[in-house]
Amino acid sequence: MENKIVAKNLNLWYGEKQALKNIDLDIKEKSITAFIGPSGCGKSTFLKTLNRMNDYVDNIRIEGDVILDGENIYADGVDTTILRKKVGMVFQQPNPFPMTIYDNVAYGPRIHGIKDRKTLDKIVEESLKDAALYDEVKDRLHTNALGLSGGQQQRLCIARCLAVEPEVILLDEPTSALDPISTLKIEELLMELKAKYTIAIVTHNMQQASRIADYTAFFLIGEMIEYGKTDDLFSRPQDERTENYITGRFG
Amino acid sequence: MANNSGDKELVRSANMRSIYDKKRRVSDTILNGLIHLSTGFALTIVLVILGYIAFRGVPELDFGYFINQTSILKNTVGILPNIINTLYMIVLTLLIAVPIGVGGAIYLNEYADGGRFVDLVSFTTEVLSGIPSIVYGLFGYLFFGIFMGLSYSILTGALTLAIMVLPLISRNTQVALDNVPNSYREAALGIGSTKWYMIRTVLLPSAIPGILTGIILAMGRVVAESAALIFTAGAVAKLPSSFFGHITTSGATLTIQLYFEMAKGNFDIAFVIAVVLMVIVLTLNFLARWISMRFDVNRIK
Ligand SMILES: Nc1ncnc2c1ncn2[C@@H]1O[C@H](COP(=O)(O)OP(=O)(O)OP(=O)(O)O)[C@@H](O)[C@H]1O
Ligand SMILES: [Mg+2]
Repeated sequence: MENKIVAKNLNLWYGEKQALKNIDLDIKEKSITAFIGPSGCGKSTFLKTLNRMNDYVDNIRIEGDVILDGENIYADGVDTTILRKKVGMVFQQPNPFPMTIYDNVAYGPRIHGIKDRKTLDKIVEESLKDAALYDEVKDRLHTNALGLSGGQQQRLCIARCLAVEPEVILLDEPTSALDPISTLKIEELLMELKAKYTIAIVTHNMQQASRIADYTAFFLIGEMIEYGKTDDLFSRPQDERTENYITGRFG
Repeated sequence: MANNSGDKELVRSANMRSIYDKKRRVSDTILNGLIHLSTGFALTIVLVILGYIAFRGVPELDFGYFINQTSILKNTVGILPNIINTLYMIVLTLLIAVPIGVGGAIYLNEYADGGRFVDLVSFTTEVLSGIPSIVYGLFGYLFFGIFMGLSYSILTGALTLAIMVLPLISRNTQVALDNVPNSYREAALGIGSTKWYMIRTVLLPSAIPGILTGIILAMGRVVAESAALIFTAGAVAKLPSSFFGHITTSGATLTIQLYFEMAKGNFDIAFVIAVVLMVIVLTLNFLARWISMRFDVNRIK
């Protein structure tokens, strides 16, 4: 498979504190890559470097390259608007805007200049269908999205992300606030979406990683310890620290 | 360690009590009493003042006051010019102060990257809001009136008041922006919104109740102000002869007129003005409440 994103020798500091150390990692196209590791090891930080959501953090310093389809996203003159249209992000806590369901999904397309009502209607419907939410909300598209349940809100956030037709979707523990059924729905959804999209997901749930991910990377205190096919990593970990973590001996 | 085991003892004895053994705490009772007492006291004062003004002012209310200006030639007495001047003063002050106050707050909160500059501005804002209004009057008179040559005029008054209410507006806007969850910002930026688009479509709608509250409080200050206006907006109570030209003429607001009438011993008309001012201030307060509820996008209807 082709590499969609390549991180090369990536180092990141929050002030004096180094949060990522020499990360080298390829994310393969049209597959699911999971990042696992104990709390505070830098998974979210790494995920955010992939679409430059770290730009707004004070006192941050980033060295190294992140290459998307052969182009360095940290090069001068990169338009983050276009970058984030290609590389969308879904956050740990569902964060719909305080607007109607429809306006939430239409938000992204509107940024990128789509105004035609019919086109928007179509995008909203398709995105909600792709996010397996359409049937539950089709009669209340014009009510406030904050009235949805947590699981529905998270699927709405996924729909909002899909609506801009990204190429890569980054998800930061998207199911950690959800019940098992909503979690399974989102997992199924991701499995379907990988036919069209490249997906990178942070998760604390190792069953989840082994269920859905094609590749898994294990992080520990800012370093990437091990990376490989999910089955290999879980059944034949090369590094003792990985083995300790996945067998629950620490972390 | 003796202390520690004593604590454990306390915890254990607390565990042995039934949850129905509600303990009466004397301090709670006293505090409760004090709170009720002071609330009652404050309420009584407000009611007495409102009642007295209504008692003295309402019988004097005469429709003629609201459609006339005071004129010796025509032998009429009225406060219509003052009402108009007050409206001019509110609108003009807000036209100057709102763009600067709201814009500045947006810049400080969303663009400036923290640090000394923001601290300095916040400190200055706090200092500004503590200055007695007569000092603003002095400054406005000398700077806008004399130095800039605007002399006594509604514009001079409005510029002075704009500086005075600026902290109120920017402070409220900043607090309102602070209260917008960061997750909204992340969500918008994360799908490729520019900062300004995010501010326009997500932040401002969420913050609008707080911003409007600040604006209405500022209107209240404008309506109530006298010290900063006497030497800036002046004392004339004439109907406008031209819509825009009126801005550059001297004009006394209701509050200033009240001051003059009191000084002349015309208590009847003074109480009429007081009633009008009370109605305006109360209306503004209710408006503020209504607006912050009505426009709250985070409330699920
Ligand atoms: N904005 C920030 N400023 C300073 N330090 C930060 C910031 N964000 C994260 N860190 C630090 O960087 C390290 C990595 O944080 P990160 O959020 O990436 O961890 P994580 O692996 O996602 O953890 P979790 O599983 O708990 O979400 C932590 O030590 C954290 O305290
Ligand atoms: Mg995290």
